Amino acid sequence: MTRVLVLHLAVLAGLAALGAVLPAYHHGMMARILMLAVYAIGYNIAFGYTGLLSLGHAMFLGAGMMAAGLWVQQGGSAAAALGLGALAGLGAATLTGVLALRTAGVSFMIVTLMFAQAFYLTLLYFGAITGGDEGFPLPAAGRQLMGLDLSQDGPRYAVALAIFAVALLVQLALVRSRFGRTLVAMRENEERSRMLGYNPFTTKLAALAISGLFSGVAGAGYGLLFGYVGASFATIQYSILPMLYVLLGGAGTTLGPLLGAVLMFYLIDTASSLTELSLAVIGAALLFLVLFAPKGILGTLRDRGIRWLP
Amino acid sequence: MKTLPRRSVLTGLAAGSALALGGLPRFVQAQSAAPIKLGFQLHRTGIGAAYGRWYERTAQAALALVNAQGGINGRPVEILFEDDGTDPKRGAEVVEKLTTQHGCDLIFGPLFSHVVIGSAPRAGELKVPYLVCSEGYHVASGMLNRWTLQPGITDVRAQVSSMAPWVTQTLGKRVTMVFPDYAFGHDHRDFFTEAVKAQGGEVIAQIAVPPTETSFTRYFPQIPAETEVLYHVMVGPAVLTFVKELGEFYGSGDRPQIFGFIDSLEAVDLAAPGLEFLEGTYFWEAHNRVKQADAPEWEATYRAAVGVDDNGASVSDARDVATYSHMFSVWETLFTIKKGMEAAGYQSPADRQKFVEALEAMTTFDAGLDHVQGAKVFNGKTHQVFGSQFISKVEGGKLMRVHQTSIADGQYPDAVDYTAQSF
Repeated sequence: MTRVLVLHLAVLAGLAALGAVLPAYHHGMMARILMLAVYAIGYNIAFGYTGLLSLGHAMFLGAGMMAAGLWVQQGGSAAAALGLGALAGLGAATLTGVLALRTAGVSFMIVTLMFAQAFYLTLLYFGAITGGDEGFPLPAAGRQLMGLDLSQDGPRYAVALAIFAVALLVQLALVRSRFGRTLVAMRENEERSRMLGYNPFTTKLAALAISGLFSGVAGAGYGLLFGYVGASFATIQYSILPMLYVLLGGAGTTLGPLLGAVLMFYLIDTASSLTELSLAVIGAALLFLVLFAPKGILGTLRDRGIRWLP
Repeated sequence: MKTLPRRSVLTGLAAGSALALGGLPRFVQAQSAAPIKLGFQLHRTGIGAAYGRWYERTAQAALALVNAQGGINGRPVEILFEDDGTDPKRGAEVVEKLTTQHGCDLIFGPLFSHVVIGSAPRAGELKVPYLVCSEGYHVASGMLNRWTLQPGITDVRAQVSSMAPWVTQTLGKRVTMVFPDYAFGHDHRDFFTEAVKAQGGEVIAQIAVPPTETSFTRYFPQIPAETEVLYHVMVGPAVLTFVKELGEFYGSGDRPQIFGFIDSLEAVDLAAPGLEFLEGTYFWEAHNRVKQADAPEWEATYRAAVGVDDNGASVSDARDVATYSHMFSVWETLFTIKKGMEAAGYQSPADRQKFVEALEAMTTFDAGLDHVQGAKVFNGKTHQVFGSQFISKVEGGKLMRVHQTSIADGQYPDAVDYTAQSF
């Protein structure tokens, strides 16, 4: 346990050090990546550890972002907005789970996708409140968190890192707890887990709810840190992105979401500057991954020697 | 030592001077010879790709002309294009990339409203001028910030409002609107309904079509029989189905007058199969796709520069139809940037604030090769430009202009004074 904790603290220390030395562009991008990594951590709890392949997570991200954005727009504080975002993500995931967890596998994927699409269209329908497809910028007054101005680069990075640190350590504690092992048991063999006395429905529902909570925090954090809230964050591509991050970094590894988010972000960033076929480049990278490292980078490393990697 | 004959020296000097003064652009007054770097936020992929393709071509053509004229403040100009995927998240990242990584002096070029609204906050934080070619009412409504301006194209509110007098007086007073059920369509719904009412007309039905629809037949029976004018504005590939099914609905029988926004058919060939029904209908255009008989002298130069023929298609491929009613905004914005930077004595990013203040001080742009669409009035308080609009009728498969509005037709009371905001 000690070396695992040291590794995670070292990663956080490294990220803090990066905040001091990165050039302006990468400094700003890293703050974005940290929020996306929180989202991916949420996805990892559902998919990587529990085996729930969802295409509905954009709803949880969007719910958190919209709740926080509307709250701040009405004059609410950023701290409360983060809490509201978490609750919105939790609530949306719980509601979805109650209905969608009656299905499994591909059906679960399709049902979650349908819920997310319905949510997205609802945001458009109530455009007078949500800003519809255009969204809305957040007022500067609402982007103050504990005396920190989130529109400034330094405080933004610090807050992004703080949220990420909490998410990473909570994830670590969760997956190494008894409950975390139950999640893995559901992923590996649901019927045997049931036979041992665990309730698959409530276990998976709890996993999805926690996953939604992380996603909601990520959505709220992203909106507050970067000053814009919009329905486009609830579109299907934002359900696919965390899946790519997790698959690339290593599903069911605690640091995989961060590694995947960093690599995929810069892959998209670089490819889109070089070619209009950037999606093809990403597709080729994924094909390569599936063929040669189907468990993702950290999953493969764990298989090939670093067995203590959580 | 061999000396050069005096005649050769004089001839050489004369040739060199001629080349320096005429054959090559003169970048002579500049304190710095380094190029001015303009960032272009480009919809190269995503839903805006058809627009992006033509926006890039237009920007390149305008850039060549600006450099041929001596650049800006005597310095050459270059444009760095970055694809935003027509996505607001990526848009904000691109603003950051162009500013902090590429060191661009300012950013211009985006069209889609959600990208603009998603990117403008970051431009404001980075304190980089952000000149949009978006049509959205979001600039003049006060939603954005002091660093965001729209000097190259009129907004939807102005366009829609200025159409209403002609539509109600010429086509009919009882109007049914069909529009996409999201913000763009809602702008049309709200501003056109208000403008029609002000003209003594009435919008008798508002039919909102969800953005996911691929067939429209179930909406057409909702069009009241007493409709005199059917107003439509649809965007995206579904517009072809919309027009085809509308034609099937009315058949060869009586139909109301039909008025649409060319946004529906930008980059679409009006001669495409299924669009025959549009014959005899009317469209708003910001810039006439088909070169009109009375086109101003600079129109031919502009078309040649951007590679568009007299029918509004690419000179190299007649099937590649331009986004002609929007792309001029890129051209005009670049020339406005030149004027603004020269008025501000722009030398480096430290002068960005001076540049914005110089633009805010501008009031009119004369029609000409730098403002090819026509004369304009710029409102420095709202950061929004106003200009004339055109109404065209489809005749023989071509859009022929039947009306031109005045600039005043599209003007409305200020909703914001950005100059009162701090930088």
